Amino acid sequence: MQSRERMDKRITNGVALGVIWLAALATVAALGTILVYVIVNGIGQLTPAFIFGWPHGVNMEGGIWPTIQATLYVTALAMLITTPIAVLAAVYLAEYAVQGRLVSTIRFAADSLASVPSIVMGLFGLALFVEGIGMGFSVIAAALALSFLLLPIIVRTTEEAIRAVPKYIRWGSYGLGASKWQTVSRIVLPSAMPRITTGVILAAGRAAGETAVVIYTMGTMINAPVSPLDPGRTMPVHLMLMAQEGINMPAAYGTALLLVLMVLGFNLTARYIGRRNRRMQG
Amino acid sequence: MADNKQAQAPEPDVTPYASDSSLSTISKATYFKEAALRNLFLLCACVAVAGVGLIFLFVGLKGWPIFEKVGVWQFLTGATWYPTKGSFGILPLIVNSLLAMAGALVLGAPLAIGTAVFLSEVASPRLRELVRPAVELLAGIPSVVYGFFGLVLLRPIIARLFGGLGFGLFTVWLILAVMILPTIAALTEDALRSVPEGIREASYAMGATKWQTIWRVLLPAAKIGIIDAIILGMGRAIGETMAVVMVAGNARVIPDGIFKPFLTLTTVIVMDMPYASGDHRTALFGVAIILFIISMLFVASIRVISRFGKEMG
Repeated sequence: MQSRERMDKRITNGVALGVIWLAALATVAALGTILVYVIVNGIGQLTPAFIFGWPHGVNMEGGIWPTIQATLYVTALAMLITTPIAVLAAVYLAEYAVQGRLVSTIRFAADSLASVPSIVMGLFGLALFVEGIGMGFSVIAAALALSFLLLPIIVRTTEEAIRAVPKYIRWGSYGLGASKWQTVSRIVLPSAMPRITTGVILAAGRAAGETAVVIYTMGTMINAPVSPLDPGRTMPVHLMLMAQEGINMPAAYGTALLLVLMVLGFNLTARYIGRRNRRMQG
Repeated sequence: MADNKQAQAPEPDVTPYASDSSLSTISKATYFKEAALRNLFLLCACVAVAGVGLIFLFVGLKGWPIFEKVGVWQFLTGATWYPTKGSFGILPLIVNSLLAMAGALVLGAPLAIGTAVFLSEVASPRLRELVRPAVELLAGIPSVVYGFFGLVLLRPIIARLFGGLGFGLFTVWLILAVMILPTIAALTEDALRSVPEGIREASYAMGATKWQTIWRVLLPAAKIGIIDAIILGMGRAIGETMAVVMVAGNARVIPDGIFKPFLTLTTVIVMDMPYASGDHRTALFGVAIILFIISMLFVASIRVISRFGKEMG
């Protein structure tokens, strides 16, 4: 009797663990399928003429350079606006805040911002920055709208990074007579810097791939923006419009591949920084 | 300014004892500088609160006239969305959004939880180093790329297998399931990891198999975290726009099958915004504020559940 029970137990265990393996396999397979499909179909497109050329005609022949420039511009500007505010906000939450109503309101607001659908953020940017303040469709309006989307992401990763710095390092600093700000700025933030950088880079990947926010704040005009008040069309918007209208599919594949490569690049950089840091500490 | 300079000088007159309890013994300049910085950081943290307020205010202001004109209840429960003819009922859009979310959850959540259990309990460290980056990359792929992938690869396959054009709920489910997977998997893994090692050891010591430990001990112990993860995944699914718009087909009806095109709360904004004007445009902002409220309700329910969980545990 007992041995059969033991057998049943072993069989159930084997089957269930097999199912878990399958789930993990399916996840990896989903990623693999997407990557392989986008790479195989897009790789032929990636010529210098495509990357550095301008699109022309109704069929968007030629290259996608202005959309690349617009994407990099709006991402950089959004990161410049968001990073200092988000890092200092995280410093407050991790180092200064005392649990109370104010802090729990801030956390609730940050969680809410993090879960705002990007289309809502797009309409918000349109209502406030584009029409309300009168910036028009512009890189700066898009960057500001994006910054609300990125803020909670960077706050969360930075706060985790700061909390991961061991307590005794702070005690050492206080013991030497340092003030709180001296401790935070010279001891805590430098130790947390690699992980903060990782979070910021991942957030940049998010900004570069965002469609719904930028389409309503930067518009769809093909333009290589120079001033922050210039409009432009980013790569995700370009891809979306081409795919929706079914024009120039090869260019759509090329754009999709470049976007994926960009995100991969951000991810690998973040990973490299994280790993180098771990080696230094270990 | 003079005070500031003094505070930054290498050797201040007064020796600062910088523990919180003895702030009174540090120099005045240092004290003010510290207090000013503290308030600056607090201000930065309050930007998040301001953001939520601004979104409510500006999207709300633009959308408010439609609620006044049609009535909130009529807006939410009206059965026809035909804005160019003056009917502004978003019930079909709400139903479609919920249908899309539910299917994505049924397909995606088990896969995500399975992957999380694999990462936290089953995989060897080396395998984990392979699978976890895959999950992170899935989270990083832009939604427009998911949509494009669904449009050019999945849609034709589904059209061939089941007939029709391949647009519709079924295609949306598949895409959304993959998109919410990394969110649910990452948070579930965190929840499983925060279960103390001793609990696992106790379970094994009593002769439980790995699966019995996972099913009877770890998953119940991580229950609250997993529910949070699922709710966040639901928020992702309902708010997703660009991927859905590319594979949903965007017809203005409640679909009479899972292979028929349909329109949701998010995709109606993308489809109508380019040409909408007047009340129609106002109504789209009304839809946006409803979406915002839905996403905040998800966040609030996570809070309530974790408080409830703390009281129980």
